[in-house]
Amino acid sequence: MIAHAIFFYIFSFIAVISAVMVTVSKNTVHSVFFLILDFISISCLFIMIGAEFLGMIMLIVYVGAVAVLFLFVVMMLNVAHQKNTFFKSTHGSRHIPIGLLVSLIIFFELVIVVGGWKYKPDLINSISLEISEVSNTHSIGYVLYTDYIHLFQLSGMILLVAMIGAIILTYRKREGLKRQSYFSQISREKVDGVDLVDVEKNKGVKIDV
Amino acid sequence: MQDYFIILASEVYKILFLLIPVLVTVAMIVWLDRRVWAFVQKRRGPNVVGPFGLLQSLADALKYIFKEIIIPASSNKIIFILAPIVTMTLALIAWAVIPFSDEFVLADINVGILYIFAVSSLGVYGIIMGGWASNSKYPFLGSIRSAAQMVSYEVSIGVIIINVLLCVGSLNLSDIVLAQEKIWFVIPLFPMFVIFFISALAETNRPPFDLPEAEAELVAGYQTEYSGMMYAMFWLGEYANILLMCALGSILFLGGWLSPINMYPFDIVPSPLWLILKILFLFILFALVKAIVPRYRYDQLMKLGWKIFLPFSLIWVVLTAGYLMYFDLLPTV
Repeated sequence: MIAHAIFFYIFSFIAVISAVMVTVSKNTVHSVFFLILDFISISCLFIMIGAEFLGMIMLIVYVGAVAVLFLFVVMMLNVAHQKNTFFKSTHGSRHIPIGLLVSLIIFFELVIVVGGWKYKPDLINSISLEISEVSNTHSIGYVLYTDYIHLFQLSGMILLVAMIGAIILTYRKREGLKRQSYFSQISREKVDGVDLVDVEKNKGVKIDV
Repeated sequence: MQDYFIILASEVYKILFLLIPVLVTVAMIVWLDRRVWAFVQKRRGPNVVGPFGLLQSLADALKYIFKEIIIPASSNKIIFILAPIVTMTLALIAWAVIPFSDEFVLADINVGILYIFAVSSLGVYGIIMGGWASNSKYPFLGSIRSAAQMVSYEVSIGVIIINVLLCVGSLNLSDIVLAQEKIWFVIPLFPMFVIFFISALAETNRPPFDLPEAEAELVAGYQTEYSGMMYAMFWLGEYANILLMCALGSILFLGGWLSPINMYPFDIVPSPLWLILKILFLFILFALVKAIVPRYRYDQLMKLGWKIFLPFSLIWVVLTAGYLMYFDLLPTV
C-alpha cells in the first residue's frame, strides 16, 4: 500500500508541476513537451486506479495523435519571434481576463462535482457498476453500446461534422495541377500513344493535338 | 516493506533477463539485415570480423562508443540529448507485454495490444524532438515527414488490429495467441496480414518508405546532426522497433508461440523458439523488401496510406464483423 501511495504522489507531482510549466515556460515548444508529460502522467494515474483502458486510450489519442498535431503547428510558427514580442510587451496581456474567467468556471465546476460526491452522494444519479471480474474494457463496452448508444452515435456524428467542416474550410481547388492516376497509366495502350502515319514527300504531316 | 523490495528485485532480474537478449538480438539482426541485403545484390556483406562477420556489430558498437559526441552550438541541448533516449526507451519498454510462451511473459496485462499500440505511437516523439532540437533544415524536414508518415500509417494499423480483435474478443496478447490454436489468423485474414506488413514497413521508416532519412534529398534526415553513441541509440531503437513490429505481426497473424502443427516432431520444440523463428522469418522479409524495392515518392506514400489502406481495412472490418455475426462465430467475452 505504501508503494502505491509513493507512486501516486510521484505521478501526481509530475502532473501538477508539468501543468504549471506548460503555462510558465517561455518557449512554446517546451510548453507542448510539458503538456505531453502531463498527459502521460495523468494516464499513469488512470492506470493506477485500475482504469487501464482509459489510460491507454488517453495515451493513444492525446499523446499519440493530438499532441503531435500541436507540435506540428507550434514548430511551423516562427516561435522565437513570437516569444520575444509577447513577453516584452509593456501594457499587459489582453488574454488575462478571459483566462481568469475560464479558470473561475472550472473552479466552480470542480466545487460542484467534489462537493456533490463528498457530501451528497445522490446528487447525480448514476448507474454504479459493481466491481467484479469483468475488466473495465468490457464494462465500458457494455454501457457504451447499450444504455448510451444514442449519445455515443451523436458524439460520433459531431466529430464527423467537425471533420468535414475543417476540410471544407481549408480545401482550395488548385488549377493546373498535374495529378498521377494509376488507372490511366496502367490502361494506356500502344494505340493511345503511338500513331503510325505515311508521310507524303515534301508535304509533311499535320499534327492535331 | 521488505517483501516489496524482494518482489522488486525479482522483477528487475526478470526485466534484465528479457532486455539483454533483446539488445543482443538487435545487434545481431543488424548484421543479418546487411548480410541479406548483400546477398540479394550479389555482394558478400560484412564477413571480416569474427566467423561469417558475426562480430561486425560489436566492432561497430565499439567504434560508436569511442567516437566524440558532437552537440551543435545552436541546438536546443536538453531536447537534443533527450531525443535518442526517448527513442531507445520506447523501443525497449514495449517488449514487456510480448508473450514468449504461455508462462514466460513479463507483464500479462488486460490491454496488452493497446499498450503496444500506444508505445509505438509515442515512438514518433524521439524523431520529432531530434529533428527540431538540431535546429537545422534537413533534420527538421525529415522529422516533419516522419511524423506525418507515422501518424497516417498508425490509423490503418489500428483498424487492422480491430479486425483481429473481432475474432478474439480480448485485448490480452496471450488470449490473442490462444485464439489461434485452431487456425492462424493469417489464413482467414490474409489481406489484412499483407496490409499490416506494408504498414509496419512505413511505421518503422524502413525502405521503401524511408523518406525521413532519404539520403539523396535529406542527407540523413533527423539523424544528420547526431554522432557517436547518440546516433547508435537512434539506430538501436529503430531496429528494436522493427523487431517489435515483427513480433506483433507474428502474434497477431502467425500464432505467436504456437507450433504450426500440433504433432510429435513439432511439439518438442520449446514454444519461445517458435516465436523467435517467426520473428526471424518476418525480419528476413523486411530485409528482402529493403533490397528489392525502390523508394516511394512522398505523395504516393500518403495516397497509399489514406486512400487505399484505410478504406480497404475499414471495409474488411465490416466484412469480418458481418461474417462472424451471420455464422454466429462471435467470441464470447
